[in-house]
Amino acid sequence: MQANRNLTNKDIARYSRQIIVPNVGVGGQCKLKQSSVLIVGAGGLGCPASLYLVGAGIGRIGIVDYDIVEENNLHRQLLHSEKSVGEKKVKSAADALKRLNEDLQVDEYYFSLDSSNALDVVRKYDVVIDASDNVATRYLLNDACVLSGKPLVSGSALQMEGQLTVYNHNGGPCYRCLYPKPPPPETVSNCSDAGVLGAVPGVIGVLQALEAIKVLLGQSGTLDSRLLLFDASESVFRNVKLRKKNANCSVCGENPTITQLIDYVQFCGSSPNDKDKGITLLDDKDRISAIELAKKIESDEKLLLIDVRMENEFEICALPQSVNIPITKMEKPCHVDEIKEEIKSKTENHNIPVFTICRRGNDSQKAVKLLQTICKDLGVEIKDIKGGLHDWTRTVDSNFPIY
Amino acid sequence: MTGKDGLNLLIEFSGGAELLFNKIKKHNVSLPKSEIPWTIEKLLVWIKDNLLAEKPEMFIQDDSVRPGILVLVNDSDWELLGQLEYELQNNDNVMFISTLHGG
Repeated sequence: MQANRNLTNKDIARYSRQIIVPNVGVGGQCKLKQSSVLIVGAGGLGCPASLYLVGAGIGRIGIVDYDIVEENNLHRQLLHSEKSVGEKKVKSAADALKRLNEDLQVDEYYFSLDSSNALDVVRKYDVVIDASDNVATRYLLNDACVLSGKPLVSGSALQMEGQLTVYNHNGGPCYRCLYPKPPPPETVSNCSDAGVLGAVPGVIGVLQALEAIKVLLGQSGTLDSRLLLFDASESVFRNVKLRKKNANCSVCGENPTITQLIDYVQFCGSSPNDKDKGITLLDDKDRISAIELAKKIESDEKLLLIDVRMENEFEICALPQSVNIPITKMEKPCHVDEIKEEIKSKTENHNIPVFTICRRGNDSQKAVKLLQTICKDLGVEIKDIKGGLHDWTRTVDSNFPIY
Repeated sequence: MTGKDGLNLLIEFSGGAELLFNKIKKHNVSLPKSEIPWTIEKLLVWIKDNLLAEKPEMFIQDDSVRPGILVLVNDSDWELLGQLEYELQNNDNVMFISTLHGG
């Protein structure tokens, strides 16, 4: 005899420990089997979130990611293995998930979500998980979820902290109700620049799966109108009360001005791709290449090479000739005299040129500008190394580590 | 105790906002006596003058917190309490959270 029309004997055996939880039951397990969840981002949040959704027996999941697996992803994006470096993240994630559950249907979307495709994708799912890593995608997903009436389980993580909220659900606010204006791009940090301890997005990603499951089961107690803050450094979870849906919200309010998707890169002043955001502050005459620097060092030319990265980055790897003065130190007026003195003593009274270097050649340009101010009227020549240490590895010494 | 007698507050910063405050997340502060009640608006100016270590534009813009910072009083969104006009009470806990976007 069939115990239930929708659950097979295999299902019952597999999910029994979950079915006997009163909050789930046979009805709940059937719902999960018939449900679909879209996960945007197969990274530090998307990997643990999809893992637990698949484990719980969600029938269909969609994964969106335009990226390929890199070595520096492996410490936190645990669906990807060493062998999948260089592979599409959606493919690598889908393969890993299907190994876990052969009944699973996985839809792979190997592209960057934007205004032209987001609604078509979002509409195909019951719940959306925002596991993305940038502001533009967060606004895009919010608007797409509001316009198509989907709950959005939004998580984020950086360094030792995580945040989690369910938007557009149960009369709670949407992302725009809370943040009508995007943050200035210079205030936004990402995992590639600021770092993240792998287990932190792990915690948040698993909680995103849990919230999505509760939303699908129609349970109360979801994180709508609330924000969960996780501070891993203190092992503290904090649950704070948020506003309700804002009647004047430009997308979910009573008289919305946003009735279709907009240009989110323009709105946020930053693009979804958080990697290699090259900036150009200096003229080419104020910059030299890594190869030119190597020649100068080889020919014993006198110079002062200032590495402007953080102390902990300098500790990872540094050129032996360099001294470390972090750019954050240069930015603080209280250190100006000290830095001026150090440069004076190390340049034989400003008679030898100064070069700044950083990881990719962005901060080194800012440092040139700062040092030009700090050392103005001293007539010292200051230039930066174009492309930074990444270019040093690429063009001079392939044994120099890249991070 | 009201603003007229001075106020003790716990001010907290998280999500990276603490970087502007010498990386210190929790600050126990005593606000001086004042004839005009202490509102969040007035507190922002006080924080800027007394706690902020660098880059004021990363914290305050147009006389309010910059976009992307959420303000909580005693674990509640300041929007529920009147935002800038909220009158602070003794022992209030005011938290400034910078939104995270990484994943």
